Amino acid sequence: MNDAGLKTPLYDEHVALGAAFTDFGGWQMPVRYSSDLAEHAAIREAAGVFDISHMAEFFIDGPDAAAYLDHSLVGMASEIADGRAKYSLICNELGQVLDDLIVYRFSTDSYLIISNAGNRHAVANALFAGTEGFEVRVEDASDRLSLIAIQGPKAVEILADLTDAPLGSLKYYSIYSSTVAGKNAFFARTGYTGEDGFELLVNNEDAVGVWRALLAQGADRGLVAAGYAARDTLRLEAGMPLYGHEMTIDTTPFEAGFARVVRLDHEFVGSKALAAIAEHQPAKRLVGLVGEGKRAARADYELFESETSEQSIGIITSGALSPTLGYPVAMAYVQSEFSEPETEIWVDVRGSRQIMRVVSLPFYKRAK
Amino acid sequence: MTNKDALLYTKEHEWLSIDGDVATVGITEYAADKLGDVVYVDLPKVGSQTVYMKICGEIESTKSVGELYAPVNGEVVEINDAVTNSPELINQDALGAGWLIKIRFTELPQLLSHAEYAALTDEG
Repeated sequence: MNDAGLKTPLYDEHVALGAAFTDFGGWQMPVRYSSDLAEHAAIREAAGVFDISHMAEFFIDGPDAAAYLDHSLVGMASEIADGRAKYSLICNELGQVLDDLIVYRFSTDSYLIISNAGNRHAVANALFAGTEGFEVRVEDASDRLSLIAIQGPKAVEILADLTDAPLGSLKYYSIYSSTVAGKNAFFARTGYTGEDGFELLVNNEDAVGVWRALLAQGADRGLVAAGYAARDTLRLEAGMPLYGHEMTIDTTPFEAGFARVVRLDHEFVGSKALAAIAEHQPAKRLVGLVGEGKRAARADYELFESETSEQSIGIITSGALSPTLGYPVAMAYVQSEFSEPETEIWVDVRGSRQIMRVVSLPFYKRAK
Repeated sequence: MTNKDALLYTKEHEWLSIDGDVATVGITEYAADKLGDVVYVDLPKVGSQTVYMKICGEIESTKSVGELYAPVNGEVVEINDAVTNSPELINQDALGAGWLIKIRFTELPQLLSHAEYAALTDEG
């Protein structure tokens, strides 16, 4: 095994469970424990836990916290209700997206941001650089905190056995402070799988205890530890973007379909540039594609108008044979004229072309 | 259990079981493990010619695509339809029920013994 790369406090747990590892944003993360299809299915049908401790966490505190975040992010953090959360983006002055993130509000003067591991330093630099003129304190807490996601239809009932938190009354995109397995934790009702569940933010020294408690409590109800292969197919089916694939420094929020989170009615870092970009319709758009058969259309495969045309009209950003649906699904950027649902286009799969059809995202939606 | 010492191997992670002038070919447990759950297999047609170390098929997992390199010059005489219909056989029994193709060959190239192959995949 390659020992290079950062390790989370749960690394030895993954080794003990027989995980194979992969590099993810500079971190050694479990790609699968035994079978990625079984782990994927467990989360759709029962529950699973992911170690997502590599993600970055920032606490923002002070009387100007809300105004500071309104200035730092594309949305209005000041309008989030106490105990609730919102998906947002952080941009540079050019309007380029540095990362997508979730901002959680405890109170008007206290917030939490959870962002991607690979963009930790870009986000940290942007957040720290923006504090001038605001009475606010930003803490990069990534090195002292671990994050464990429990996802799936049975996640809540399993978690309920380990906490007194009023899980039933915690809404989607909310956050609550309580204890789990006797350890202090923030409970965020968010996730990256398209299923119900929580993300539990705990101190590093408590991570192993919480991880083991969840596995033990959920074992007889089908809960398994799940790796990044399953995480990727789950989020793809749920139509959720992955920074570096659906969103990069070179894509705009409008192309990516996130116009609704960009509040151009207020000033923020990048707002002038984004307002100018918003005056024109995007030349390309992020779409969902579904195919036939069993051959997946994967990231970086090129798209064409016909079976024989030579001019590329787009590129796949993520794609797999959907484990839940049984047919190929993909997200892709296509020239806007090809972005209407039901449009048929062709993908080049290693030299042979297959037809795909534009659909609305997500591919999979859980039954309520 | 398959006797791994009775098989021959390639650097591209195929195994061969020789019976007269026919080689049964599959991918190794190591390769299956690296791929993860196999979800699609594309095999050459019966009657097609194989050329040593040219790609003659594909093995796709959720995460990646593995290529099947022809381990011998010859002609495909049989393909494993069971594995086309149930690709998970490759993960369940890579050296047995997960075999892929049978090739009639004229002569065997230099191939690896189990010890040589094991040394190649030993990550220490």
